[in-house]
Amino acid sequence: MAKSAIKLKINGAEVEALVEPRTLLVHFLREQQMLTGTHIGCETSHCGVCTVDLNGMSVKSCTIFAIQADGADVITIEGMANADGTLHALQEGFRQMHGLQCGFCTPGMILRAHRLLKENPNPTEAEIRMGIAGNLCRCTGYQNIVKAIQHAAAKLGGREYLEAAE
Amino acid sequence: MIPASFDYHRPKSTPEALAILGQYGDDARVVAGGHSLIPMMKLRMAQPSHLVDLRSIPELKGIRIDGTTIVIGAMTTQAELLGSAQLTAAVPILHEAALQIADPQVRYMGTLGGNVANGDPGNDMPAVMQCLDASYRVTGKTGSRSIKARAFYKSAYVTALNSGEIVTAIEIPVPPGKHGYSYDKLKRKIGDYATAAAAVMMTVSGGKVQTCAIALTNLGPTPIYCAQASAAIVGSGLDTAAITAAAGAAGALMAPSPDGRGTVQFRTSVGGVMIGRALQRAYQRATA
Ligand SMILES: Cc1cc2nc3c(=O)[nH]c(=O)nc-3n(C[C@H](O)[C@H](O)[C@H](O)COP(=O)(O)OP(=O)(O)OC[C@H]3O[C@@H](n4cnc5c(N)ncnc54)[C@H](O)[C@@H]3O)c2cc1C
Ligand code: FES
Ligand code: FES
Repeated sequence: MAKSAIKLKINGAEVEALVEPRTLLVHFLREQQMLTGTHIGCETSHCGVCTVDLNGMSVKSCTIFAIQADGADVITIEGMANADGTLHALQEGFRQMHGLQCGFCTPGMILRAHRLLKENPNPTEAEIRMGIAGNLCRCTGYQNIVKAIQHAAAKLGGREYLEAAE
Repeated sequence: MIPASFDYHRPKSTPEALAILGQYGDDARVVAGGHSLIPMMKLRMAQPSHLVDLRSIPELKGIRIDGTTIVIGAMTTQAELLGSAQLTAAVPILHEAALQIADPQVRYMGTLGGNVANGDPGNDMPAVMQCLDASYRVTGKTGSRSIKARAFYKSAYVTALNSGEIVTAIEIPVPPGKHGYSYDKLKRKIGDYATAAAAVMMTVSGGKVQTCAIALTNLGPTPIYCAQASAAIVGSGLDTAAITAAAGAAGALMAPSPDGRGTVQFRTSVGGVMIGRALQRAYQRATA
């Protein structure tokens, strides 16, 4: 099958590549770009582990073709840490609040939480729960994920977060 | 899950899209948000050889209030509907319904045009559009026409759309400033299609219902506009007898299929409950 040239930005870097039109974005990221931080779970658009940020939207990368991302600006978990290598506030929050156990859902959770906090820097608990409704976690029971996002919101807002993890 | 191979097209204007559709006929399929079509392609239940992506056509985007009509471009996403304060103020039922569709990720991508054109009885917007008496602006090789939502759905996945036509916009008559509305949906979990759902629009004066429209989601192969049930409510003060009469008239139109969401009997019964709740909430809002 003929391949088409695409050009997009991934974690700030310009990338040019050849893709088959039917290649899903998640397969392109993992298998052609070797960015395996974006996971594949259900493959049926339900679990959210494949969530990346695309042009300022949280998108399930198993439900969009790489060719549709031609010209787009994509952020994956590999692009979340600060330029000096220190953890992003969300990564820090997940670490401090035990927002993960097996860690499988974490890249998707963090990318989704990233966009949520950009749109709503100080969400209520209910807004966080609604905001991550498209991301499933089979380990944590969500309590500590909510706290991790609250921790990050506080840090990004220059406030201290005083709650303890469950 | 890897879809079958296809050629990808990304036209920059509606005429260009129509030309591609004309060239490839039934081998071509348009893709909007892709959140119904791509899952079908992954399951190989859809295998178009040409995919025509509408995402780069600027004229298919945007929300505009044009005197007595609200015009929403087909490629407007559910997230954009939710983000429009002007739209929410004029037609709050759209906001209420859009929030009950899937999850944030799906709403960033899924479009209003895709939701209404898809023809899946599980989609929520078709019943809302029937309730609002909306029309779909449709364009094909031979020109443009307007089809009422109430006349658009023929059976599951079969609509009044002809091959080579695309929905370009959804046109909604601006509801009266003071009206009641409700979209009540029972679902098993976030991201699930309705076990049953009911949309209601209503105006009330002096405690009596002046106008009423009721439409249902996922209670048959198409969305169901319930003219008789709506008429049973008009003139009443929304007493129990009127609600029972409406639910009875609507119940006669329901034909859900038994699936993981329940038996025919259960889903029909939930349909009646959703109608009752939606009527009551709409009445409260109209009289608040
Ligand atoms: C996990 C999940 C949960 C979901 N839950 C719900 C839910 O609860 N309620 C609900 O309503 N939906 C739900 N959806 C579906 C979602 O809302 C879809 O986005 C929507 O049904 C289709 O819109 P789209 O823009 O993605 O269309 P696409 O998938 O791109 O297209 C759907 C169909 O419509 C045709 N089409 C699209 N646009 C046009 C046009 N402008 N003119 C002519 N034909 C067109 C396409 O050819 C295709 O056949 C869910 C989806 C997922 C993945
Ligand atoms: S792998 Fe994409 S949503 Fe589950
Ligand atoms: S930490 Fe294991 S799935 Fe979320």
